[in-house]
Amino acid sequence: MAKITLSNLAHTYFPYPRGEQDYALKTIDLTWDDGGAYALLGASGCGKSTLLNLISGLRRPSQGRILFGDGDVTDAPTAERNIAQVFQFPVVYDTMTVRENLAFPLRNRGMKKDYIQSRVDQVAKMIGMEGTLSRKARGLTADVKQKISLGRGMVREDVNAILFDEPLTVIDPHLKWELRTQLKKLHQDFGHTMIYVTHDQTEALTFADKVVVMHDGRIVQVGTPEELFERPAHTFVGYFIGSPGMNLLDAVIDGNVAHIGEHEAPLGGKFGHLTGRTQIGIRPEHVTVSRTGGLPATIMRVDDVGRHRILRAEVAGAPVAVVLPEGAALPADDSCHLIFQPEKIGVFADDWRMAPEHPQDRSGS
Amino acid sequence: MTTIDPTFAKATSPRRSRDNTKLHKAMSRGMLILYILFLLVPIYWLVNMSFKTNTEILSGVSLLPQDFTWHNYGVIFSDSTWYMGYVNSLIYVLLNTLISVTVALPAAYAFSRYSFMGDKHLFFWLLTNRMAPAAVFALPFFQLYSSVGLFDTHIAVALAHCLFNIPLAVWILEGFMRGVPKEVDETAYIDGHSFGGFFLKIFMPLIASGIGVAAFFCFMFSWVDLLISRTLTSVNVKTIGVAMTRTSSATGLDYGVLAAAGVLTIIPGALVIWFVRNYIAKGFALGRV
Amino acid sequence: MFKTQNNKAWFLVLPVLLLVGFSAILPLMTVVNYAFNDTFGNNAFFWVGLEWFREVIRSERMHDALQRQLIFSAIILAIEIPLGIAIALTLPKRGVWASLTLVLLALPLLIPWNVVGTIWQLFTRIDIGLLGSTLAALGVDFNLGRDAIDAWATLIVMDVWHWTSLVTLLCYAGLQSIPEAYYQAGRIDQASRWAVFRYIELPKMQGVLLIAVLLRFMDSFMIYTEPFVVTGGGPGSTTTFLSVDLVKMAIGQFDLGPAAAFSLMYFLVILLISWVFYTVMTNLDQEKEEVPE
Repeated sequence: MAKITLSNLAHTYFPYPRGEQDYALKTIDLTWDDGGAYALLGASGCGKSTLLNLISGLRRPSQGRILFGDGDVTDAPTAERNIAQVFQFPVVYDTMTVRENLAFPLRNRGMKKDYIQSRVDQVAKMIGMEGTLSRKARGLTADVKQKISLGRGMVREDVNAILFDEPLTVIDPHLKWELRTQLKKLHQDFGHTMIYVTHDQTEALTFADKVVVMHDGRIVQVGTPEELFERPAHTFVGYFIGSPGMNLLDAVIDGNVAHIGEHEAPLGGKFGHLTGRTQIGIRPEHVTVSRTGGLPATIMRVDDVGRHRILRAEVAGAPVAVVLPEGAALPADDSCHLIFQPEKIGVFADDWRMAPEHPQDRSGS
Repeated sequence: MTTIDPTFAKATSPRRSRDNTKLHKAMSRGMLILYILFLLVPIYWLVNMSFKTNTEILSGVSLLPQDFTWHNYGVIFSDSTWYMGYVNSLIYVLLNTLISVTVALPAAYAFSRYSFMGDKHLFFWLLTNRMAPAAVFALPFFQLYSSVGLFDTHIAVALAHCLFNIPLAVWILEGFMRGVPKEVDETAYIDGHSFGGFFLKIFMPLIASGIGVAAFFCFMFSWVDLLISRTLTSVNVKTIGVAMTRTSSATGLDYGVLAAAGVLTIIPGALVIWFVRNYIAKGFALGRV
Repeated sequence: MFKTQNNKAWFLVLPVLLLVGFSAILPLMTVVNYAFNDTFGNNAFFWVGLEWFREVIRSERMHDALQRQLIFSAIILAIEIPLGIAIALTLPKRGVWASLTLVLLALPLLIPWNVVGTIWQLFTRIDIGLLGSTLAALGVDFNLGRDAIDAWATLIVMDVWHWTSLVTLLCYAGLQSIPEAYYQAGRIDQASRWAVFRYIELPKMQGVLLIAVLLRFMDSFMIYTEPFVVTGGGPGSTTTFLSVDLVKMAIGQFDLGPAAAFSLMYFLVILLISWVFYTVMTNLDQEKEEVPE
């Protein structure tokens, strides 16, 4: 096992790219620590599967190097990289039994028979298929097949990393939870480096110690789930993570005050001169409704999503969502005031988070 | 942990496995090229001969015509027994293609959309006709078409070829039609289309490629046949295949013209094959791939 | 696909039924008539029962033709199936080259069968053919008009030339249906080239391969035009296969009774193979509908 380093990596599917827009992956520098559980999160088409295929060697990058430990593997074929990968759709060898499927990667590497036997039994137990080992894989349901794929990914002990490419897409919702928990446990038991590609934030946040968020061919943030929630580095992270996502409002930043239309909101720090499009972002969880003070808002509607209620309002024409505390009373008419917790407000210039020049109060963050 | 895993280090140092894949690629490329050469050389020889004079052909083997001539093609295009052979063949082939596809369309639709009494047996029976040896039918066809006064007519050959081309067309079209979801039909009926209007205006455009492929295969199997067309024709409708076999056996001499006639029979197929290249396998497997 | 029960669908099938029936049933009835009757011309028939069948089954000539036919078909399958698979594996997967190769491969399939015979007859002639003269120059005594082995070799090479592409095209279609992820998984599992073939490609080709075997068996079992043109069934009767013999018997010698009896038995064999074929096809369809990919 080894640390994986991506250095100045970029990829395009065009033979003669005309510019940055032709690159599926724009320049990426990133290190995956050995034994980490990572999620690679992003919307469809953001380049996360491309990145995965570059790491596993199914594709060769157009630019940059890939290092496993200190060794350069950019040009090494997949087989030499000693990587396991589980695909979006189950890939099982139909004519083999479940046992043979699980043993296949080990047999190809010339492992000893009794080792294979014991290892297969162990993995079968982990994925809960001890009873069906001698069945032919043909004719099994999609989620059982995907379990076999997962098992085949796990069966080699010495892999440099296990890559998961949205592995739970075909699995029934009630089984998803179970398999994800199992994966988490497997990670704790064996300490493999795991990279889990998904577009589902719940999957990413529950599985991973560290989440890598990708947007439009770039890595926009690497952080723990908490960091992504509290201090999104990019408006995309703010919007993509959390349910509902972060409220983003166009604002003019002047020192420690944000001007939203004709209203003002105090900020948690003092900002210098910002260029480009400036916005403030605030989580719906960090907005409170008040009768007086704060920003005047118009209430549009209230959604009940089960665990809590969400107030949909408008401030200066921009939509703002508010998570209402349990039992909170609402004003009878359509207007109210909203208070943004100043230290929770993020300031973004051209979508990237800006740091305050003179933090007034860091205790809240 | 930044140390390199020992198995990993061991795996990267020799470059043998990559050289192996390269060697493998080169070998398979070489094999393919050899095979295509094997396919093309006899055809090349036919083309080569068609541009030689008979004296040159008989005087020995040369890889290119020493005395290049269009004379052989000239003979074919000026002698009516030759060029009428093509015309006659094309007439019955096109007739057959038209008949086969026209009657196969509604039948294929029935098989792909409805289940009805005896459908499976009927489908199987059609298949057996496609598989039947033409030799078995040669003599009875001769008698049948003589007795109804159709012997030595284009329509006789066209109808006889229907025996194996209609089943083929039904199978191919059925294969394409099952790819069109049934919801398309239902939506059209709800929108108030009649069956005929729906079939002509909505459904046929959807399976246009299937119709093209079915037509191509009917054309082809009618075109490649010699046995039945030879049996059912004599003087009026002399087919190109017959013209060729008679020349080779009777005179045994005019090789240049024979080669030119052969080249001309390859051209129609070679021209249209580009359009159906992605469906060839489907056609040969009777629409089932 | 769920189909609606509707007996009116018969009307849609009716034209097909009439046309194919006209060309299939009437001639078949004539054949049956001849098979059980004898005639002295002028349309007077008398019943001979199974006499013709007995004669055909006992005749040495038939046994020999059948034996030749079986050997021929077996050799054809033994060469064309593996060769066809091998060529399909070497084909490029996409791009202009893939299309071009497909077209070149399909070329022999579209040549009229008598022209195929003519091509090979001209190609193998010692005096004017490239292959024949090359062999002669190399000191091989090649003469397909005199030497039975030479005649057989020519017919087999010709059939390989003519029909291997069919096997290749079918296998290629099967290979194309394999999702890329399977090959990627194979690479990740470090499967050897052989293992990829054995466990990924071959299982996915199973269906089309079965079709290819049946088609090639059936068509080689009925081969007529090519040997008729190239060897005329000779030298002697060494390349007189079933169809060649049947046409000789029926049209050459006008032995209608035995020819008809022979036809019926021939037909029954084909019927049996067709039935296997049909079962394979319908199973294949069902499998496809169960696992839409």
